Amino acid sequence: MTINQISIFLENKCGKLSKVLSILSDAHIGIIAATVADTSEYGILRLIVTNPEKAYALFKENNVTVSKTEVLAIATDRCAGSFASVLGCFTEAGISVEYMYCFSLDGKSILILRTNDPVQAYEVVKKHKLEYISTDKLNNI
Amino acid sequence: MTYWQAEVETMSRADLEKLQLEYLKKTIRIATNSPFYNKIFKEHHITSDSICSLDDLKKIPFTTKEDLRNNYPFGMAAIPIQQCVRLHSSSGTTGNPTVVLHSAKDLNEWANQVARCMYMVGLRDTDIFQNTSGYGMFTGGLGFQYGAEKLGALTVPAAAGNTKRQLKFITDFGTTCLHIIPSYATRLAEVMRESGIDPRRDTKLHTVCIGAEPHSEEQRLRIEELLGVKAYNCFGMSEMNGPGVAFECKEQNGMHIWEDYVIVEIIDPVTLEHVPEGEVGELVLTTINREAMPLLRYRTRDLTRIISGDCPCGRTHKRIDRFKGRSDDMIILKGVNLFPIQIETVLMKFKELGNNYLITIDQDEMQIEVELSDLFTDDYSVLQRLTKEITRQLKDELLLTPKLKLVGRGSLPVQEGKAVRVKDLRKF
Ligand SMILES: [Zn+2]
Repeated sequence: MTINQISIFLENKCGKLSKVLSILSDAHIGIIAATVADTSEYGILRLIVTNPEKAYALFKENNVTVSKTEVLAIATDRCAGSFASVLGCFTEAGISVEYMYCFSLDGKSILILRTNDPVQAYEVVKKHKLEYISTDKLNNI
Repeated sequence: MTYWQAEVETMSRADLEKLQLEYLKKTIRIATNSPFYNKIFKEHHITSDSICSLDDLKKIPFTTKEDLRNNYPFGMAAIPIQQCVRLHSSSGTTGNPTVVLHSAKDLNEWANQVARCMYMVGLRDTDIFQNTSGYGMFTGGLGFQYGAEKLGALTVPAAAGNTKRQLKFITDFGTTCLHIIPSYATRLAEVMRESGIDPRRDTKLHTVCIGAEPHSEEQRLRIEELLGVKAYNCFGMSEMNGPGVAFECKEQNGMHIWEDYVIVEIIDPVTLEHVPEGEVGELVLTTINREAMPLLRYRTRDLTRIISGDCPCGRTHKRIDRFKGRSDDMIILKGVNLFPIQIETVLMKFKELGNNYLITIDQDEMQIEVELSDLFTDDYSVLQRLTKEITRQLKDELLLTPKLKLVGRGSLPVQEGKAVRVKDLRKF
């Protein structure tokens, strides 16, 4: 049910981000969503890509500081209330969200969620019959 | 327990000291032939007869690196140059280089010292020994070469650099032991990993001898873990031949210094008096089994201490502790004396950090850049906590707060030779 997000450590150096992006484009791996958490010292680039396994291996090979993180991808309607109701399901179960971001896909908003408790989060998704995006679906984009 | 030379390695302290006195008197007779010592002996009325106990060594003035430079190239020779068969020279960044001369007998004794060390850590004539030291003038090359050959091991003079080629030798020849600089050992392990080579599965490596640059216990443990080997600390310096002066035994608790070859003193570098046994001071060595170029009370500039007590291995020769740094490497910042090894000791405790770091000193600020390891986590709060914890431990160790910067893998210059860890941008 979870998908693999690729996280990359970026020290604030020019050229580092473009190196990362060109590794992906050279391998014809598509970026579905990207977000940067930035501080004055360094940034963490989080990526949802079409082929996370291959991307991860390529980054390792190219000596990029990288990790894989399992995140949930929940499909919601574009109305404001649907975000709130999805988040509500998790908070109600006592799960805290470490970070989230979203992107559009096929007329839907996809919410990427990293929680502190993946096992419980799985139960929440089942209980509320939330629509989630699987790795297979992602690979077929 | 087996020894390379059981009789001398396990000799009682009383007998060993008797032997030292005999060798010292002989060394003074030989040294009288060197222009440098001849002059000193005359000035201080020293003859082999005036040295009646090891304590009388104090009558002899210290010899320094400066003396070696000033007497470049042959002013320290105690035998005719025609009778010397080898010369090693190390270039200095300032002033003249230094020269060490060897007779055939000296080379044979040197090889014996190295062979004794290698035997001590369990190496035998059945081992395949790959030496990744630079050859040529650098004594870690030929020094280990002749020692390993004396031991009877199949010796591969791979020399420094070219990591892919080193790896090919290790796998093709079934290398069981390496002599390697610590920073290069971790680099080699990284390249192995990148090439899909598992040292435990794909190589026969069981032992590495590490030396030539200061390293911490944590770095040793990391090398052992990364390469699946036992790593033994070795100490050598070109003025004392090179490798083989002192070496760890299997206890890995201090390096036995061969006292049938040198007399050991530890002095306070300021007062020049002996420090109480067990306290840190500058290592001073006197060669007592060298004929081409004896050195008396040579100030090594290395800071260490004697480890008291008997070693369970049965060897009676004193043990010196891991080096606390060189008086030359000392960084003075805001009036605090620091050694890079202190910083490394802290950094190596963290699994989240890689092996590469760089210390930059600018005005009265210290910045430490350190690469993250494979265990990088994308959780920002974890990284923040990590930064805080490393900084806190560094502050405890250094008594000042450095600016810590985490950087990605491969951001710092790759260390192929001797690591350059400190950049001092201050103008004095
Ligand atoms: Zn021992």
